[in-house]
Amino acid sequence: MTTEVGSTSEVKKESEQLGADATKENPKEVAENQQNQSSDLEEEKDSKSSPSAKSQSSPHRQKRQKDPSESRGISRFIPPWLKKQKSYNLVVAKDGGDKKEPTQAVVEERVLEKEEPLPEEERPAKGDVEETAQRKQQVIKVDVKEETPSVSGPETQPAEEVRKEREDEKEIQEDKSEEAAKRETKEVQTNELKAEKAAQKATKKAKTVQCKVTLLDGTEYSCDLEKSAKGQVLFDKVCEHLNLLEKDYFGLSFQESPEQKNWLDPAKQIKRQLRNLPWLFTFNVKFYPPDPSQLTEDITRYFLCLQLRQDIASGRLPCSFVTHALLGSYTLQAELGDYDPEEHASHDLSDFQFAPSQTKELEEKVVELHKTHRGLSPAQADSQFLENAKRLSMYGVDLHHAKDSEGVDIKLGVCANGLLIYKDRLRINRFAWPKILKISYKRSNFYIKVRPAELEQFESTIGFKLPNHRAAKRLWKVCVEHHTFYRLVSPEQPPKAKFLTLGSKFRYSGRTQAQTRQASTLIDRPAPHFERTSSKRVSRILDGALIGDADQSLRKDFPGPAGEVSAYGRGAVSTATAQDGDGRRDVRSPTKAPHVQLIEGKKNSLRVEGDNIYVRHSNLMLEDLDKAQEDILKHQASISELKRNFMESTPEPRPNEWEKRRITPLSLQTQGRKGDHLFKDILSMKEKHQTAATRTVEEKAQEADKSLEEEITSILFSAKGFSDSMKATFTSATTWTAEGTVVNYNAPSEKLSSSSFSQLPESSHETLNVVEEKKQAEVGKDERVITEEMNGKEISPGSGPGESRKVEPLTQKDSTSLSSESSSSSESEEEDGGEYRPHHRVTEGTIQEEQEEYEEEVEEEASRAAKVVEREQPVPEASPGKQAGASVSTVETVAQENVVAPKVSAEKSVHEGALKQDVSEDTEDEQHKVNGEVSHVDIDVMPQIICCSEPPVVKTEMVTISDASQRTEISTKEVPIVQTETKTITYESPQVDGGAAGDSGTLLTAQTITSDSMSTTTTTHITKTIKGGISETRIEKRIVITGDADIDHDQALAQAIREAREQHPDMSVTRVVVHKETELEEGED
Amino acid sequence: MGTSGEGLGRCTHALIRGVPESLASGEGAGAGLPALDLAKAQREHGVLGGKLRQRLGLQLLELPPEESLPLGTLLGDTAVIQGDTALITRPWSPARRPEVDGVRKALQDLGLRIVEMGDENATLDGTDVLFTGREFFVGLSKWTNHRGAEIVADTFRDFAVSTVPVSSPSHLRSFCGMGGPHTVVAGSGDAAQKAVRAMAVLTDHPYASLTLPDDAAADCLFLRPGLPGVPPFLLHRGGGDLPNSQEALQKLSDVTLVPVSCSELEKAGAGLSSLCLVLSTRPHS
Repeated sequence: MTTEVGSTSEVKKESEQLGADATKENPKEVAENQQNQSSDLEEEKDSKSSPSAKSQSSPHRQKRQKDPSESRGISRFIPPWLKKQKSYNLVVAKDGGDKKEPTQAVVEERVLEKEEPLPEEERPAKGDVEETAQRKQQVIKVDVKEETPSVSGPETQPAEEVRKEREDEKEIQEDKSEEAAKRETKEVQTNELKAEKAAQKATKKAKTVQCKVTLLDGTEYSCDLEKSAKGQVLFDKVCEHLNLLEKDYFGLSFQESPEQKNWLDPAKQIKRQLRNLPWLFTFNVKFYPPDPSQLTEDITRYFLCLQLRQDIASGRLPCSFVTHALLGSYTLQAELGDYDPEEHASHDLSDFQFAPSQTKELEEKVVELHKTHRGLSPAQADSQFLENAKRLSMYGVDLHHAKDSEGVDIKLGVCANGLLIYKDRLRINRFAWPKILKISYKRSNFYIKVRPAELEQFESTIGFKLPNHRAAKRLWKVCVEHHTFYRLVSPEQPPKAKFLTLGSKFRYSGRTQAQTRQASTLIDRPAPHFERTSSKRVSRILDGALIGDADQSLRKDFPGPAGEVSAYGRGAVSTATAQDGDGRRDVRSPTKAPHVQLIEGKKNSLRVEGDNIYVRHSNLMLEDLDKAQEDILKHQASISELKRNFMESTPEPRPNEWEKRRITPLSLQTQGRKGDHLFKDILSMKEKHQTAATRTVEEKAQEADKSLEEEITSILFSAKGFSDSMKATFTSATTWTAEGTVVNYNAPSEKLSSSSFSQLPESSHETLNVVEEKKQAEVGKDERVITEEMNGKEISPGSGPGESRKVEPLTQKDSTSLSSESSSSSESEEEDGGEYRPHHRVTEGTIQEEQEEYEEEVEEEASRAAKVVEREQPVPEASPGKQAGASVSTVETVAQENVVAPKVSAEKSVHEGALKQDVSEDTEDEQHKVNGEVSHVDIDVMPQIICCSEPPVVKTEMVTISDASQRTEISTKEVPIVQTETKTITYESPQVDGGAAGDSGTLLTAQTITSDSMSTTTTTHITKTIKGGISETRIEKRIVITGDADIDHDQALAQAIREAREQHPDMSVTRVVVHKETELEEGED
Repeated sequence: MGTSGEGLGRCTHALIRGVPESLASGEGAGAGLPALDLAKAQREHGVLGGKLRQRLGLQLLELPPEESLPLGTLLGDTAVIQGDTALITRPWSPARRPEVDGVRKALQDLGLRIVEMGDENATLDGTDVLFTGREFFVGLSKWTNHRGAEIVADTFRDFAVSTVPVSSPSHLRSFCGMGGPHTVVAGSGDAAQKAVRAMAVLTDHPYASLTLPDDAAADCLFLRPGLPGVPPFLLHRGGGDLPNSQEALQKLSDVTLVPVSCSELEKAGAGLSSLCLVLSTRPHS
């Protein structure tokens, strides 16, 4: 602590400098009883938005814990929440546009923290009323912002409660505070350079957080975890505590809101998933075994029974009266043993909950049936229970509320066999996994692409509207997990070589059902003894089901044999777990521990064995990529020569590159990862911003992988909704085409059923991609904010754009207008935006790749942005491309030096070239990545983000198109709820092709810069490579123009291209791809 | 529990209702129907009852006909029975709604749990409901609406209840039925085939399907009177009615075919599924 003093002093300075406001408050509080203050603060907190509350709460803790003499880095004391708050505040300030505000916010937090230290410092209770007032105002502002994200509010409150509890436990609190301090430090660093050092000190301390896990029997398991622990650590602890070996069916969940339950991703750090939520979890069955009799151990069945009893009692698993009675009778048999009139007389069956609403009639029926089960051991009774429960139609069906394309309320049920569509209680449609080609989400829309029916020629895409982006993402993840678990033999690992994954990288990385069954056969331990405590009336030991009589005899006698059993069991368990660990597959990054089983798995397309079923993320990219790959393989012949060249030059590399990027420390990947984390955090809470800033690149990189992909995907989707203006752009584009480039029009995909979206075929491979996106200015804002925040971390505390700045030096071009948007974004829709923001960065990172691939697939979302690729050598012509820019659009300009061009070609297939570059340039890439990370923003909220995402999308689209030379395949019928028209125009200068051919290049550097302005987001990727002694510099810019229809997108696009040319006068534009997405008002949105 | 599919067709009792003279006279709800040979119709009905009682060994309950209810013979439209639960329907035709009263009382007396529709907006004809032993399919037809199907789902919560659009002017059961626990029998008409395809999409369970030349031939009843060791029966339209479908029915090897005729009653829209209700008074045994 003492060592920290220095840091604290710094902090103090900062705080003082920033605003006396905080100090003022402190004095006030000091004057008053701290407790009273605390209470007041709490009240305020409650009233205020969650972040504010957090900040306040932290001070309380600090006060109690800290002695006035101890002037530790405030940051330590500041709980993570506070940190987050800070970041949030910063964001707010950004929003406000006034630098002062952010600083104030920071001060406030600090002040709160300092409250304890204050006495030491003797900061006079200057208490400028004004300052305090300011604080309050700020706080209020914050609240408002917070309020907007409905989810955050509820979450934060629980967190506060937790905090209070913690306060009671001083020790624990201290630990927590330390952890918090670490976080704070990070945040501070991002926000304020000064604070960084102090924060680092604080971070060094080992910090733990107390986790509480509600088990299936209603008891609570608590343990201390390192703050940085991943979900797997906690899950393993819980399973060990439960003596559970067949744990792949289970998972930990946390409540994001009363109605929203999220699965804890074992592969990700807990804190990043929780954001500011309390560390409270619930142990649940995640994958319901279709045939519980195939489970190896009774203890596993027992936990499944407990879960099902909960499901039944809560009504999640509807049953008829008779079934309620029958299942209840088996419960009694398992827990009470044979029916005993005397014993039963003493039992009050009302203590059992056999049904959501339990009647005397039901209880009588239960008893009646119980009498018929005489002789069944507890394990046998459980088995019978499961045999009946598994037949229930809703067994293992995870329901999600949604609306269909007509706005009708429906429910989507994810189960072992596929996706079920319910209206009311009626099943109105069903999509078995083999029939589903792709799963994706965009914004709050969830899409499935299904195989053509027997007589149909085209695939169709069906869209559903979910309540919000997070719900769509959650549904998507659940689908990916279920598909992988039940349909695949082994989790699909991101075949680095094959698939490009621009979108969410999320994949299920745990064991599949087939694997866990196989592993279960290897379980070799005596049947573990365990206590059936669900009813807690009679504790029993279950042996193997067969033990039967002995068990029963033991039951009554042994209230709690647990002691012996546990010893035994745990030993066995430990060994077993070890095995499990080995067995587990971490698809993703090598960095991740092998343990990571569950969620995060890679996003790579899920393939059902022979079925070629791809379950893809919302990311168009992914989908497209997959298709592209397939198509490529299948249809290379059909592909135009150019395309072929691209393909051949970079045959399968695309996916590889992407994967490499992600996996490897390469900049893009890292960015993406970071972004993911950041996004998530940001999204969930305002805190996110803070965290993102604070977090070091490393951390970001870790988590970012998963999140990034996801986010990206989402972004892509979000990008939709473009205006018709595309045509106009085309006209402009035509000039370019004259050069030999082909202009492709994607037919607008308006209607769901038919193959409305025949994507534009072949024409636009490489040229400039200009994607115009109209809608979602809001989103863009959010995204921007994120990026800025990211940037801000590195660069300057006040304005977020730290990351971007880093990038900027590299690519000066784009970075121009970063900050402005950021402010706006922060306020609006932090939740949504937060998540998505990471996408931005990611997208940025991907931009390079995109360049290569500009082929279009308009289908889905056709993303939004126009991409302009400029090659230094080739042609200034790119500028004309600008004209094309339509309303929405993102324009990406890629300027590549001659050498680059060949790379481009390679990239066409899948960004291959980019990948290479990325790899070589880890450091730079990382920076870029950072930007990309930021981009995770919910699609809905942030249009800008979308833009970023778009590039990836575009790429994918591009790919498909190439494949599409066979248009038929390409054309997919998508009838997403949101009707959008997407048009992609690609202009290539002839040179580009030649350049593309050159595949072998040494990547010198790769940079990604992102800048945002009011209506445009520009992402610049600069890659330098050496080929045959010639150095090539390729600059790829993606400009996303987002706006309402009233914006002159063409003009904006033209200007963007013009600027791009001006910025790089020595380079020629080799490719301009205009991607215009128009969202028809008719659409659901 | 009857959820395994093993319970399909389990029955101890059969319920039928006599043919009123008003059915032949074209009165009431029968208006518009072609003239019937009342004697022949009654004869067919009598033979059906005899087969149910003697051939299948079921306890046969015959409700007396009511002249005010010309279509009362088609009592299959008035209730959906699964296990110990009987859902009393709300037929689409207002004129037929009084038919449910007698059926309700009979089922109540047999000890079934009676569930009422209780929704003025719901319409449901019992012969639009197909129970496969594992799940329900409810045809959304001229007579049955979504709300009616929803009540089926609410009533039989253990089972998936899927809706199947019925395009033809007929009931779902008039062109499909169960030939066994895992076999769906359907006619070859467009509506029948379309419905079968829809069901194939909606189900989680693999069914075999048998297509018969005649839609009406698919309106058969798979019955297991419950004596262990006795192969189940398939009550179907005989060669006198539908000669073209007899050969195809022979493919159902695991059942004892019991042909009956109801060509005259068919003129009033009757089929085997509408002429009798079967139930088990000990569904869980």
